[in-house]
Amino acid sequence: MADIDVRIEEFDVVIVGAGGAGLAAAIETGGSKLKTAVVSEVYPTRSHTVSAQGGINAALANMDEDYWIWHMYDTVKGGDYIGDQDAMEFFTKNAPKTIIELEHWGMPFSRIENGKAYQRAFGGQTRNFGESLAHRAVACSDRSGHAMLHTLFERTLHQDIAPYVSYYSEYYALELLMDKEERRPIGIVAWDMVNGGIHIFFSYAVIFATGGNTRNFRTNTNAHVNTGIGWTMCLKAGIAIKDPEFIQFHPTGIYGVGNLITEGVRGEGGYLLNAKGERFMKTYAPHVLDLASRDVVSRGMAMEVLEGRGVGPKKDHCLLKLDHLGHDFIMDKLPGIWELAYKFVGVDCTKDPIPVQPTAHYHMGGIPTNVDAEVVDWDGEKEVPIPGLYAAGECACASVHGGNRLGCNSLLDLVVTGKQAGRNCARWIIEEKPVFPNPPEEFIADKYAKGIIDRIKGYYEGGEGTVSMDAIWEDLRDTMQENVSVFRIEEKIAAQVKKLDEYEKQFKEVGLTDKGLTFNTELAEIFDLESLLYVSRVETEAALARKESRGAHSRDDYPERDDENWMKHTFTKIDENGKVEIEYVPVRTKPLTAPTFQPKKRVY
Amino acid sequence: MALKEGDKVVFKIFRYDPEKDKAPYYKDYEVTITRTGMMVLDGLNQIKWEQDHTLTYRRSCREGVCGSDGMNINGVNTVSCMSHIEDYNANVLTIKPLPGFPIIKDLVCDFEDFFNKYYVVKPYLIEKDPPPGRERLQSPEDRAKLDGLYECILCGCCSSSCPSYWADPDYLGPSAMLNAARFVFDTRDQGSDERLDAVNSIHGVWRCHTILNCISACPKELNPTKAIAGLQKEILKRKY
Repeated sequence: MADIDVRIEEFDVVIVGAGGAGLAAAIETGGSKLKTAVVSEVYPTRSHTVSAQGGINAALANMDEDYWIWHMYDTVKGGDYIGDQDAMEFFTKNAPKTIIELEHWGMPFSRIENGKAYQRAFGGQTRNFGESLAHRAVACSDRSGHAMLHTLFERTLHQDIAPYVSYYSEYYALELLMDKEERRPIGIVAWDMVNGGIHIFFSYAVIFATGGNTRNFRTNTNAHVNTGIGWTMCLKAGIAIKDPEFIQFHPTGIYGVGNLITEGVRGEGGYLLNAKGERFMKTYAPHVLDLASRDVVSRGMAMEVLEGRGVGPKKDHCLLKLDHLGHDFIMDKLPGIWELAYKFVGVDCTKDPIPVQPTAHYHMGGIPTNVDAEVVDWDGEKEVPIPGLYAAGECACASVHGGNRLGCNSLLDLVVTGKQAGRNCARWIIEEKPVFPNPPEEFIADKYAKGIIDRIKGYYEGGEGTVSMDAIWEDLRDTMQENVSVFRIEEKIAAQVKKLDEYEKQFKEVGLTDKGLTFNTELAEIFDLESLLYVSRVETEAALARKESRGAHSRDDYPERDDENWMKHTFTKIDENGKVEIEYVPVRTKPLTAPTFQPKKRVY
Repeated sequence: MALKEGDKVVFKIFRYDPEKDKAPYYKDYEVTITRTGMMVLDGLNQIKWEQDHTLTYRRSCREGVCGSDGMNINGVNTVSCMSHIEDYNANVLTIKPLPGFPIIKDLVCDFEDFFNKYYVVKPYLIEKDPPPGRERLQSPEDRAKLDGLYECILCGCCSSSCPSYWADPDYLGPSAMLNAARFVFDTRDQGSDERLDAVNSIHGVWRCHTILNCISACPKELNPTKAIAGLQKEILKRKY
């Protein structure tokens, strides 16, 4: 084949990912007049933020009295006390002004009679430290993610920002370039999907905003692009992934297909039923019923199925009833839900209940960051920021969600941490004036992208492979779903570790059929699968090691939370031989100004 | 036509690899129905993953909100992830890239011109007065004026279905103008004058001949023709 084209770009900042977090960061760096490249596998409005439905939590108090400290308490409790309380305080305290800024940028929130933004109830959100339900989720009908992503993208088109932000859409990021001596990033390597070819971006700073990665589960709410490339780039560069065992299973994915039905349905008064027509959440969360936090509701559903009260011929799911809310209300506040249920399972939810099942949805863990959104190393005693490296949104872990995220805290997370990453990155470049990592004129490709170029050439010049990529992928989805699911147990997780060894071996035998350079989606899928193998590896090994039940990590063999031994974060790394190394890092329990919320038994 | 598990449907797919093919051609693939409610995207995935890895198309959210997979199925533009195979009532589905857009490979089109036209209408809120300390107030009635406008997913189905868009390379097209209307009719926006100037031309709102293809093509059931008519009225109101 012809040689692979290599191009060099220089920017002040490279942002990997153009979802909500990446765009929020770009608004800050672009707004500070820093030359910013936003590198994304898809055009910005195609990013998965677009699928979020319910809303964004903020103690705006538009519906009833509310304070950020109540929101913080709910977030700490919802995270089962393993969240970092400094980050949680920053997060909840900054929520109201973040929402107001989004409104000023044009986000079309639903409104109440007095003209203020509408707020709905959501799981785990309470007033006065658990006393009663709060209406805290600011919503834009049930299209809050779409409205937010478009608003953030629109803002980057504004004349004050647009000249500084360059979009590299349909570029697949593959490698984080680090200066090993100084341990700082100097840029990234990406694959130009449209034309084929390598782009090396050099920059002062890199911001990761690559979103989620649950495409390794059979039923998941994620988009095809959610394959965890940010985690993989970091793992390959020797950076840890924090708390990967905490994977959220959303209670209400559409049965069989996994598409998300917002918790807002339950916030507005919908509820779950088992095969006997019982409102079973009264057993598991007698006070707030269906509005308990997601881990609690998903476990309740899984218990009903295990005990034989599941719905359908296979008795393997539950029903979500909302017809009692009325046709007009549903069409006004939940029109997108109506469309999804009708299209995907043929249910008219103004008349009949929607079949639902717990569905892999979100990662509480991620690239470890501090309250300033700087990526950190653990030196054995303290967290040490890596200068110039930032992460935000779902791919990062500050940790504002602890062991279980509350609904409507993710859209907030991506915009608060995205802005934080962008702002601190800009401040660092402008105030600290770091040296630009000037690459030597010659042999750049050989020095910086040789590994990747050789690998891609290997695919183009090699055969079509003896193992089908899809066979691995199909099996991976089934075994992750079976072995690292809502309930986990030692034997099964250990079996999954062995399975992953097999998949990694098989993956080496995968080849490329499509030898064209132009828009080669088969090549992209090979990178996707490789990334999901990295993601599955750290998830599984961290789940095997954590011998307690906390938040979304629920072990049949260790059913209780164990604060004495396990109130600590997992930091997983993968060494050169593919072996996982785990370190444990203390939880940052001291908030910035508020008193520490001490661990209590979690009852809803 | 009710399809059951095991039934076969033929996908006749437009293929073109610029590195290999002198001209585009159609290739038939047999898709097996594996469950009720299969979407066209599920069929494309089945082909790509089980039969022909070289088949090329865009997709992401697989639930009709990201706008990646606009294409032409049996003569109508739509997103493949929300189109049931059985709704076409046919043994053969002919699948083509969006008409009128340059083709990159197979079903993947070049959206550059489409997005450039979107940027022309200044698709962002323009404020001249400094905003208040809290959110701006907007009545539910005023907010309701944005329904049917803000939900656009930029999939290109409408513009690509429009004969005027095919005929006039400079025509902004229904998508860009629907997005202009989304801000013109937002009571919070103060940029209507410049935005209306951008669409008040022979390549803007006056190029629309109310052919109405855009309405039937929109997978989100929006009405770009109505949005364009709204902009025309706004322009006339300001003039007279």
